[in-house]
Amino acid sequence: MTTLAEVSKNIRSKNAGPFWATIDIFFDDKQHFEHASQNLQTQVVAAQLQVAENQLKRFDLADILVIKISFPRPIVQGHISDRDMHGAQYAWLLSDIPLD
Amino acid sequence: MKTSILIPSGVLGLGFDKAALERGMDKNPDAICIDGGSTDSGPFYLGTGTSKYSEAVTRSEWKDLMLARAHANIPLIIGSCGTCGTQQTVDWMYKLTCDIAQELGQSVRIARLYSDQNQDHLVTQINNQNISALPPLNDLHATTVKRCTNIVALAGIEQINQALDTGADIILAGRTTDTAIIAALPIQRGAHEGAAWHGAKIGECGALCSTNPTSGVIMIEFDELGFTVQPLAQGACCTPHSVSAHMLYENADPINLTEPGGSLNVAEAVYTAVDERCVRVTGSQWIPGTSYTVKLEGAGLCGYQTSALVLLRQPHYVANASQWCNKLSTFLVQQISERMNIASSDYSLEFRLIGVDATLGNLETQNSLPAEVGVLMLVTAQSQSMATDIARLCNPFLLHFPLTESESLPTFAFPYSPAESERGAVYEFLLNHVLELQHPMDAFKLQVEDFSA
Repeated sequence: MTTLAEVSKNIRSKNAGPFWATIDIFFDDKQHFEHASQNLQTQVVAAQLQVAENQLKRFDLADILVIKISFPRPIVQGHISDRDMHGAQYAWLLSDIPLD
Repeated sequence: MKTSILIPSGVLGLGFDKAALERGMDKNPDAICIDGGSTDSGPFYLGTGTSKYSEAVTRSEWKDLMLARAHANIPLIIGSCGTCGTQQTVDWMYKLTCDIAQELGQSVRIARLYSDQNQDHLVTQINNQNISALPPLNDLHATTVKRCTNIVALAGIEQINQALDTGADIILAGRTTDTAIIAALPIQRGAHEGAAWHGAKIGECGALCSTNPTSGVIMIEFDELGFTVQPLAQGACCTPHSVSAHMLYENADPINLTEPGGSLNVAEAVYTAVDERCVRVTGSQWIPGTSYTVKLEGAGLCGYQTSALVLLRQPHYVANASQWCNKLSTFLVQQISERMNIASSDYSLEFRLIGVDATLGNLETQNSLPAEVGVLMLVTAQSQSMATDIARLCNPFLLHFPLTESESLPTFAFPYSPAESERGAVYEFLLNHVLELQHPMDAFKLQVEDFSA
């Protein structure tokens, strides 16, 4: 089983304004990018983030070998229930997603 | 005509390489532009109208930039003054600017651009159907507007150019889009609009678009066809990849960026290495909007918080931390009701298990056993005294609560005394809406002063 972390160079996440977060998955080369682009299921990502699949925006950017996934934050940034002000830890939820 | 903008760093207060700034000034820029804010540090700053950065550090960096500006006699522009871009933080920067000008013997024209929005005016705008929601929020109601302690609108290039037209040496802008302060002058001087907005987005975080993200200073040269970006720190390089990848940063959509008056589309942008350090970009498009809209940001008080931290080290409690916490929570809610006569609807009591799932909460997928667990208790109530009093009731149970009745009384670790800490007022972001304007200056106010040392 290959995981997204094994195939990618770097996975990062960050707020995109207080109400959205975005995850950028970087790849070293075209082969790894294409493998992930074809095998990463948006539905599985949505389940990991507990966000409805139709709320996710996905961009597979072949020119820069990046898959970008944006989603409404499950909890608005800075709300008293928010645990990560900058939204930088969502990235780790994608590491173990299997690609096979 | 070429227009060069020097960007010392992604935000005032973050620090920049002074040698790189000097190198940039030697290249004769037409303006120095720096961002002063962001929502990224949370709602507290907009809620209170304060800056997140140290005043001493801000003063020292601003002094360097004021010296560089005076030497070259070019405009110095800061957007979103003091993190949140409210009147209070614009005036804070104004005072710092006057103090420094006095100290340096500088006579300067200072323009202040205010982005604050009046609540009653916004309620009228709701009724006139001039405010619409951005996803994921719904329609704005007057009650939400009234809950905000501060509301700002994000200015675009039109308001910055109005300030430039006053002949101001220094522009202290309230909330603006990160890009507007950089794009304004190039567009005023006839640069390609798509290139101006795109270059501004690439440059808004300083050297983050280069291979040495923390080196700060970059320069962007705009013209009628495109823009060229170069980092100024020794050893830093911009590559077609480092530049194009910056469109991803803190951006939900890497292709389209909505700005006041239209949107930027970079689908057809072409990134070319000029040499090993500089990148040339052409093909970006500016698509004018059918109406002129500005985004609103607002934050409101949601209570007062008191926190406490207790550490579990005993293996039995580390292994059963979640269960312990759930039992403790139920017990405390009952105690608060019985002994303090405070209903659970009047406060919130939350526990976060550091070492278990404090960061991701119910999204966490890992479940390995740590050596110890930190239990962060957060009490939020309508007043600070109520929050602290509740935390004081909780104190002995945080220290000694047994998992089962059959076991001996445990004692956990409080890392300091008193165990509870008052966090003060806590705020939340309440607005994600746009306001339609008939004229770009309708929601903004410009004030110009000539300061003589």
